[in-house]
Order: sequence, then C-alpha cells, then structure tokens
Amino acid sequence: MEQILGNLGLLLEFPVVNLKIIIDGVMIGALFALAAYGLAMVWGVMNVKNLAQGDFVIAGGYIAWWLAGLGVPALLGVPLAFVVMWVIGWVIYKLVITRVIERDLFTSLLATFGIAIMMAQLLNLMFGSDTQSVNLGYETLFFFDGFVDVPIAKLIGVCMAAVLATCVIVFMKYSRMGQAIRATSQDARAARVLGIDTEKVYAFTFSLNAAICGAAGAIIVMVWVIQPFYGITYAIRAFVIVTAAGLGNLPGVIAAGLGIGALEQYGSHIFGIGYQQAIAVLLLLLVLVFRMIQQRRSRQVLK
Amino acid sequence: MTITRTTLAVLGAVAGTLLFAGQSQAADCEDLVLGSAISLTGKYATNGVHAQNGYEFAIKKIDEAGGVQIGDKCYNFKVTYYDDESKGDRGATLAERLISQDKVQYMLGPYSSGLTKAIAPVTEKYKIPMVEAEGASRSLFNKGYKYLFAVLSTSEQYLASAITLAAEQAEKEGKSAADVKVAVAVENDPFSLDIRAGVLEDAEKLGMQIVIDEKLPRDLSDMSSILTKVKLLKPDVLIVSGHSKGAATAVRQIGEMQISVPMVAITHCEAADVTGNFGEFANDILCSTQWAETLTYEDELFGSAANYDTEFKAAYPEYADKTVPYQVAQASAAVYVFADAFERAGTLDKEAVRDAIAETELSTFYGDIKFSEFGNNIAKPMVLRQIQDGKYNVVAPSAFASHELNWPRK
Repeated sequence: MEQILGNLGLLLEFPVVNLKIIIDGVMIGALFALAAYGLAMVWGVMNVKNLAQGDFVIAGGYIAWWLAGLGVPALLGVPLAFVVMWVIGWVIYKLVITRVIERDLFTSLLATFGIAIMMAQLLNLMFGSDTQSVNLGYETLFFFDGFVDVPIAKLIGVCMAAVLATCVIVFMKYSRMGQAIRATSQDARAARVLGIDTEKVYAFTFSLNAAICGAAGAIIVMVWVIQPFYGITYAIRAFVIVTAAGLGNLPGVIAAGLGIGALEQYGSHIFGIGYQQAIAVLLLLLVLVFRMIQQRRSRQVLK
Repeated sequence: MTITRTTLAVLGAVAGTLLFAGQSQAADCEDLVLGSAISLTGKYATNGVHAQNGYEFAIKKIDEAGGVQIGDKCYNFKVTYYDDESKGDRGATLAERLISQDKVQYMLGPYSSGLTKAIAPVTEKYKIPMVEAEGASRSLFNKGYKYLFAVLSTSEQYLASAITLAAEQAEKEGKSAADVKVAVAVENDPFSLDIRAGVLEDAEKLGMQIVIDEKLPRDLSDMSSILTKVKLLKPDVLIVSGHSKGAATAVRQIGEMQISVPMVAITHCEAADVTGNFGEFANDILCSTQWAETLTYEDELFGSAANYDTEFKAAYPEYADKTVPYQVAQASAAVYVFADAFERAGTLDKEAVRDAIAETELSTFYGDIKFSEFGNNIAKPMVLRQIQDGKYNVVAPSAFASHELNWPRK
C-alpha cells in the first residue's frame, strides 16, 4: 500500500512521467491492436476464435530473428515474416481450420488451443527456450531532460505497424477480395448464392490473419524480446481488445489497443509490473460486466 | 540349445575380456556404481547434458589417476543414468527405481532445484547419500535432510556479493554504506525470490535503503515502468533477476533508456547472451556465476581452474568455441567429493560414507568445499564478473579477482 502511494506520488511529483507512460503504452498498444485486428477478422468472418493468435505473433518473431541471424537486414524481416506466416497460416487452415469451421464453438476453440500448444512446443524444440531479440543498433531520442525516451527502433516498429494497418484497411475497403471477405462476414450463405467462393475467402482470411500476426511478431522482436511461450500474453490482449471494441469496429479495435497499452503501463507503474497481465484480465472482466449491463443485442459485422 | 548357450557364454567372456582390455589403466579396479536421474530431454536438457558431461569427465580423470582407493582395493566410478524428462514426478520415480531395483547405494544429483527437491525425499527415505551440483534453492537446506549435500553456493548468495561490493565502493568514496540506495526487481519464482531474500537481508544488515522492490511477471518483455522509477529515484545499485528473459529485457532497456546506475547486477548473462545480443549495452554490468575458469582455485586431480577448462575442452570438442559452463564444473566437483569421501571413509558402508562427506574439507579447482550441517557448501563464495569490453572478467570476491571493478557504470 505504501509503495502504491509512493508510486502515485511520483506521478504527481514528475508530471512528465505521465507522458512517458502514455507514449510507451501507445507503442505497445499499436502491436496489440494489430494482433487484435487479425483476431477480429477471423472471428467475424469465420466465427473461429483463434486461441493460437499469440503463437502466430511469436512464430513471426522467430522467423524474423532467424533470418536476421542469417544476415538478412532486420527491417526486411517484417515483410518476410508476413510472407512466411501467410504460407503457414494457409497450411494450418487447410489441415485443421477448414474441418472445424462448421462445427460448434468448442471444437474450434479446442482445435486452435491445440495449435497454440503445438506451435509453442515446436518453436521451443527448434530454437530453444532462451529469450531472443534482434538489436537494430539505433539511437534513442530523449525529450524533457531525458525523462521521455523514444528508441528509434520502437518508432520504426510503430510506423511499420501503422503502415501495415493502413494497407489492410485499404485492401479490405477497395479490393475485390476485401469486399468478398466483408460480404462473407455479413452473411456467408448469401455470399455463396451470389457466387463468392467462401472456402477461398476463409482460407484467404485465415492466411492474412497469420501474416498480420507474423509481421507484428517481427516488429516485436526488434523492439522487445520473445520466447517460445510468450504467445499467451498477446493472445490475452487480443481477446480483451476485441471483446472491448466489438467485431465490426476497426477504429474501436485500434483505440482499445492503444488504450489497453497505456492503461497497462499505468497499472504496472502504480501497482508494480507483476500485475501488468492481471490488469489486462481485470479490464476484460470490467468490459464483460459492462457489456452484460448494456445488453446489446445488435448484430455486429466487420466493416 | 546347449551349444548355443555355450557359444553365447564364450562370446560373452570374449567380449568381457575385450572390454576390460579396452580400459587401458586401472583394469584391475572394480566398478563402484552411482546412480543419477538427470534431464537428458525436456526443458532442462541443455543443462542436464552439461551436468552429465561434467560427471563423466571427472570419472574419466579419476580412472586415469588410478581409481578410488578404498581400503586396499581400488574402484572405478560408473554411473547408471536415467532420463527424468525434466519432470519432478518422473525424477522421484526413477530415484526409487535406482535405489530399490538397481540397488544403487550412492546418488549424484539431477539438474535444477525443482528436480532435486523431488528426489531428495526419496534418497532421504532410503538413507542414500546424494551429492548434488545443480540445485541451488535454499529451500533444499532447511528441511533437515541428512543425506543431501550440495557443492554449489545457494541461490540467496547469487547477488548478495553485489551488495557487499557496493558497500565497499561507498566507503572508498567516503560515504557510509547506509547512504546506498538499492533497487530490486526479481521474478516471482522460488529461485529469484531466494536471490531477493539474500540481497535484502544483506542490504538491511548494512542499513541500506531499498527504494524499489518489485516482482517481474513470468512473461516479461517490457520493464520500462521499473526503469522509469529508477530514473526518478536514482538508486546506487540495481539488482535484476528473472532468468534469461530478465537479463535480456534489462540489458536491452537499460541501454535504450540510458539508465545510469553506478552498479547493475543481474543473473543469467550467459544464457541470454547479453554481450552477443546487445553489444556495448552490456558493458560494466555485473553478472553472478558459480565458477569461472580464470579463478585461482586448484587441486591435485584437475589442476587449476584454467587447466580444467583446457582439458575438458580437449575431451569434449563441442565446447571448444564457448566458455565451459559452470554447470559442468560443479558436476565434476560433486564426483570429486564422492571420491575424496570414499577414500577417507575406507569402506563402502553408506553411513560411514555419509559421515565422511559431511566432514569434507576440500580445496578444488571449483572452489573450497565444506558442508554446513544442512548440507550446503559454505566455503565457496559466489563470483561476480563484470562485462568489460564484451569480456567477462572476475571482479569479486577481491581475493580471487583478475580485474579491477569499473565503477561507476556510465
């Protein structure tokens, strides 16, 4: 308790720290938002709640790390992880997801949970259980007497995340496939009647999700550290964000992502970093309670 | 049928002769069987294999030196290994099997505190002496075990020496140790909490102020909120322990945020390869280790620590281009303790051997070994190395140090 008050005191004594916390939170939140957007897409289009979301992120990180070890420029790891994870996503779809898509909720939950465990173990066997990261070797920018620090690597990561998100949004809005995906998510049967090959749409959506996660992971490995069993952290955040924002609400996903990042940073500053994940779960709980009270029955679709 | 049997018997005899002929020296020595359940697969596999190599290397050295003389007979160690798959319940089952089926009378330890904790009740039940080299948790040594002995320093000592060092530095600067401010961030697991307990205990004894005391989450990848507090509160010592993820995250973010604390001490530097991954970010960081090949320890069997390093690399070429992990060295030291105890006991009676182990006072290449009544080694200090220009140089304890401490860290 004393420590909590002390920490609150620090925030008041050094107001500029608030800015630092918000900036840090927004930066990590941007990556949470990417993973969450992919989750919302798969959830909305296929009604599959992908528990392996976080492990896709980590796998992307390992791909980028592995390539960097081979001498590939680190920044190139992001598009390459995107491509490789696309292929992996497609294979997983054809092997597993296509078989559970029409089944009930629990089958797909179990299947993706199994994929999550398999992927974490495979990464562990292939790359070992030690933490890994890619060091870009860029400087750090300092503001306000060094209280606010923005490593250039982080800045690049966030910019890449923003570019990726924009591309996906534009793609979904204007491309033929994007329109087909949205149509399928609105009503798969009607889409089929109108000549959309929904099987193809599903495969595409799932691969795209894996690819987005992969790119997010490649950014994460440049800015933070990864370990084969870290997937769950990102999966939990993605679920919290999607639950908070709703499926069809892209600006909501982004806002929730950034918000959860900032709130977590505040929480870990005030209550101690050990409670960071607890805060994410607590937020999920609050959101669910709030939603229950709201009793919204309106149908939601991916826009 | 008879013919086949005879043939087999003859073949067996020939094979046996060949086998014995293959052992160039001490061929007349009998086998003395030790047992060990060790992690050859699973999450501890890397270090389990390190430990096994350490055992085998020591056994080979003892063979070459003429075996273990017990009374007027000579013996060669032979270890029956089982793979515990890095799982505690499996370890305990295998220990039962070693003792009750294979009739093993003496045990070498498994890898990790967790596995040791699982096996110790079994060896205790059957009154089987176990010398272990890889379980550092201090909770192993407050259970009143009588047959468990550990050659390594217990985990609460891992970073406590950094506190002593900080106090020495403060006095050099003309300040008192009570002026020193300490920040502690450790993971919330038994091993790291032991480290924290050791640090806090020593810091409080010296009257230091603890300004930050936080627990790191299991899946840590960002500790900037702690480092921001470090920036605000300006401690003199920062202690971080959270396995390799703690080391990697701390070094990376201390570098990125340009945190200037005069002394930063962490664990698991090698596992996280902080020098390779983060280059100059890692400079002047203190890392704890059980043993280093540059220490000035020596003994009759292995020679100096440096000699152990050279000979081990010659015997196991896969270690040639890396430093020999301390997990290997301490495993060898455990076998050495057994050899010494058997010779002093002069009998194979396990009670006599247990008492001889308890009375061990041995100087080895790994450090001095003397057990407390609880079975932990109280003679060997923990070593602190500082990363100086990408190299690990021993800076504490000062009696065995090869280099001067760089202080304050920029």
